[in-house]
Amino acid sequence: MKYVDEFRQHHLAQKLAAAIGREVDSAREYRLMEFCGGHTHAIFRYGVQDLMPCNVEFVHGPGCPVCVLPIGRIDNAIHLVKQHDVILCTYGDMLRVPGSGRQSLLKVKAAGGDVRMVYSTLDALRIARDNPGRQVVFFAIGFETTTPPTAVAIRQAQAEGLTNFTVFCNHVLTPAAMRSILESPAVPGMAPVSIDGFLGPAHVSAIIGSRPYEFVPAEFRRPVVIAGFEPLDVMQSALMLIRQLNEGRCEVENEYTRVVNRRGNVKAQALVAEVFELCHAFEWRGLGLVAHSALRIKDAFGVWDAERRFSIAGVSAPDSKGCECPSVLRGARKPAECRLFGTVCTPENPMGACMVSSEGACAAYWSYGRLRQPPVAIKVEAVR
Amino acid sequence: MCLALPARVIAIDEHGEMATVALGGVKKDISLILVDEVQVDDFVLIHVGYALNKLSEKEARRTLALFAEAGLTGDGLS
Ligand code: SF4
Repeated sequence: MKYVDEFRQHHLAQKLAAAIGREVDSAREYRLMEFCGGHTHAIFRYGVQDLMPCNVEFVHGPGCPVCVLPIGRIDNAIHLVKQHDVILCTYGDMLRVPGSGRQSLLKVKAAGGDVRMVYSTLDALRIARDNPGRQVVFFAIGFETTTPPTAVAIRQAQAEGLTNFTVFCNHVLTPAAMRSILESPAVPGMAPVSIDGFLGPAHVSAIIGSRPYEFVPAEFRRPVVIAGFEPLDVMQSALMLIRQLNEGRCEVENEYTRVVNRRGNVKAQALVAEVFELCHAFEWRGLGLVAHSALRIKDAFGVWDAERRFSIAGVSAPDSKGCECPSVLRGARKPAECRLFGTVCTPENPMGACMVSSEGACAAYWSYGRLRQPPVAIKVEAVR
Repeated sequence: MCLALPARVIAIDEHGEMATVALGGVKKDISLILVDEVQVDDFVLIHVGYALNKLSEKEARRTLALFAEAGLTGDGLS
């Protein structure tokens, strides 16, 4: 596929690996947090970690919107189907995420609940048009990438006077999450995470641009490189971070210039700003309550807000017992350090969201890294 | 969840709001409402049925050239 295959070429990966090998300073460590699940997925699927010198480590971040949604919000969605008999539309990733009591939307659907997987908000609108006698709720999740399509749907519902359509909004913001991770060493009870630099979001930045990350070098003295999701993008971005660290530079750089600029997609930003406003605080799995980290629907569009129409109450539900998702999401623990990993918790029978989403670190470890042995130094003797 | 794929625009409707794109051998109808000034043959990034942004051919080529140069930087040996 054009603009995909070229960014996966093996011989270029070897070149980049050689360059990284030459440029790293063996006297130090490089702990690079890849913020997004899309990066985590690429790193595992293409074995990027294996191409890195042993003192360059990828720390997996919280950038998977499925993984960070707290159980209480899943419980809310399940409640909407069971108690209010709505047609609940959502993206496929959400169906298998466990809520309280090992319930999931998929199980609710199997028991007769009207849960529908949609590819796009356009499908959810169509379902609402086709079912005028039913309440249709779009269970909206996602980062800045996925928010503009929800804003478009709400505006469209308003334009059409579609009053049986509402949105249960769970759109969260990446810069606030980065700030939370950088500040978390100071949070009592949370293990500090040491990070030397960030691979910044790819498609989120296509919308918001690279500018919102400028506080990271300015306030926290950590470099950021906006990185595409293909394996060569990840490697080039790691090289750019390593160079910044070696040279003592600290700025926001952009590797993904074919899609991202500093300002982002201004038209999409304006649509989002018209429909949504900042939420005072939102609970993230792994990060807890994060100030100004989510969006809610403005009063002017309150008619299309499921939280208002169905008086959805905020519930705080505990994660599955033994599940280490909260630490995994902050890069404080590796999936294999969770006692449930691969025994009780597998993709077929997930205990936590990080095992459900293909971008979750646990799912990535399970699918691509489970059988990998620790690197062994191989000595090659010259044949005489 | 944030994955988006580059696709070539093969047709645009008369309002300029919907387009047909070629995505890995299949045709898909997507919304153009989030992007301005898209033309047939442009590449756009598709996510949940919407074009998020245009893709710059020039920048893509420049980035690929950077990768190819990587083996030549540093001490000049590779
Ligand atoms: S392995 Fe399963 S239970 Fe353990 S942290 Fe990952 S998702 Fe949670």
